Amino acid sequence: MPGMTAIEKILARNAGVDRMRPGDLAVVRVGCAVLYDNNLIPSNWRRLTKVFDPDRIVVVFDHRVPAKDVITATAHQTGRDFVRQFGIKRFHDVGPNQGICHVLVADHGYAIPGEVLVCGDSHTCSAGVFNCAARGTGSPDMLYAAAKGETWFRVGGTVRYELEGELQDDVSTKDVFLHIADTYGDHATMNVEYGGPALATLSINARRTLSTMSAELSAEFATFEPDDVMLDYVRERNPGLEFEPQYPDADASYADVRTVDLYAIEPQVALPDSVLNNSKPVGAVAGTRIDQAFIGSCANGTLDDLAVAAKVLKGRRVADSVRLIVTPGSQNIYRDALRAGHIETLMDAGAVVTNSTCGACGGGNLGILAPGETCITASTRNFKGRMGSAEARIYMASPATVAASAVEGAIADPREVLARTPGGAAS
Amino acid sequence: MILSGKTWKFGDNINTDLILPGRAQWFTEEEQMACVFEANRPGWIHEIAPGDIIVGGQNFGMGSSRPAARSLRNLKLACLVADSINGLFFRNCVNWGFRALECPGVSAAFEEGDLAAISFDDFTVRNQRTGKTLQAAPVPPSLLATMEAGGVIPLLEKEGLIEEAV
Ligand code: SF4
Repeated sequence: MPGMTAIEKILARNAGVDRMRPGDLAVVRVGCAVLYDNNLIPSNWRRLTKVFDPDRIVVVFDHRVPAKDVITATAHQTGRDFVRQFGIKRFHDVGPNQGICHVLVADHGYAIPGEVLVCGDSHTCSAGVFNCAARGTGSPDMLYAAAKGETWFRVGGTVRYELEGELQDDVSTKDVFLHIADTYGDHATMNVEYGGPALATLSINARRTLSTMSAELSAEFATFEPDDVMLDYVRERNPGLEFEPQYPDADASYADVRTVDLYAIEPQVALPDSVLNNSKPVGAVAGTRIDQAFIGSCANGTLDDLAVAAKVLKGRRVADSVRLIVTPGSQNIYRDALRAGHIETLMDAGAVVTNSTCGACGGGNLGILAPGETCITASTRNFKGRMGSAEARIYMASPATVAASAVEGAIADPREVLARTPGGAAS
Repeated sequence: MILSGKTWKFGDNINTDLILPGRAQWFTEEEQMACVFEANRPGWIHEIAPGDIIVGGQNFGMGSSRPAARSLRNLKLACLVADSINGLFFRNCVNWGFRALECPGVSAAFEEGDLAAISFDDFTVRNQRTGKTLQAAPVPPSLLATMEAGGVIPLLEKEGLIEEAV
């Protein structure tokens, strides 16, 4: 019998069985359950009488913070009551530890290699970077998981991405993702496994853009092969904790193995409405006028992303016709970016830097688009109507490309903008 | 259990922002029903009748975890049959108690308005106009039981793990 992929091994381990194969139903114990404000709105929430383990529950307010209306405020109040009722310590209220749930899970080390993590938000696959079986579920699922510490998954086949080579300057894993989504389309019912020699060249933040964006492939799970960079990151945040990362078997059976040469990838732009089979190299759409540019979300609100934006905007100005909105992934990241000088650079260039929230990404509490407007976004999703009017167009690209486009007032190649001396002629 | 009803066809990659727009996420269940497919099929919710069936293409329900399946259930649609159903959307169908089946080839086998007869005993889908019967993928018994019990909320209520709705 062939061996198992990383995700099959994680699911088998948490189901208490020896093997897990595509087609199986995995009933697994939950290592961490993350509830967020959408789970707590009156129409989704029911008061629990019991939780399986308060120390394995995380509560985050992120989609609409600070509260934008009475329903939001009520959801937050419900969350605070729930946290008090069960003495939950991992609580991220409006305040210094506020942030987007997937960013907080990563930054606080809540995702443990070899375990199962569920959250009511679809980008939960983000935590797969930690070799965790992490999946987005629905609100009733979260009540079930929080009460019983158990959940289920249908097991699909796995596609392995073997990453090779090294990214060129000003190209990011967002571009890698858009290339994969453009080339291979959706991965519905399948898992994605990332590995290969290039992993060592990618920071946790850079890897997390890939795992987070994998939700857009409709992948069930997106799991990274463990390496020392990741294991040290988790140990640092969980001193003394024992855990069992799961490496894919050498003879694991994959639905497909695809090699991606990072060096060959150029900045990509996804055209409006979908990232699936819908991207072009930036040159093909350069010059398209934009009204709004957004950098943020659980995929691109990291300190690295803010640093890249600041690098592009340093000494430059956001075009008068463009609104550039920058939303850090957490208040901690915001403070780090402030100390590093990035926030000053961004604001001097004309960006509006907001508090940490999902914000414009989900068309929620700020940054809404009007009919006929065009936006370029470094966030997760460009579905029709996602950021406001269904008659707005949403292009998607890396933070570097978005920042460069904000400067030009039109979609632009960050390498070309950076090649020019700020304020003047080509260097 | 056999469900028969009139079919409404939708294409590939129907996403949750179409089924339930972001602006409606924080609405009440009643208000959410009024927004279903408003961007791609305005007025549709007034054309349908209880017991109607959605026939979808590939990856139906891609996108977010929002309770879009609950809105379809609340519209009193009988079920969803699609060539394939997004994994997260399928979960939400189970957990909100909305019947859903994956049946490769179903969208090619139906024209809008055809009557369908769908068996949740042997997981077959029959087009009453053409007489053609397709085999759908079986739903594991435990998941089918949850789907048919109205989702996990009534199950948790029965076990006393959540309080009754006020
Ligand atoms: S940032 Fe966007 S994609 Fe991420 S959790 Fe928030 S709304 Fe969802």
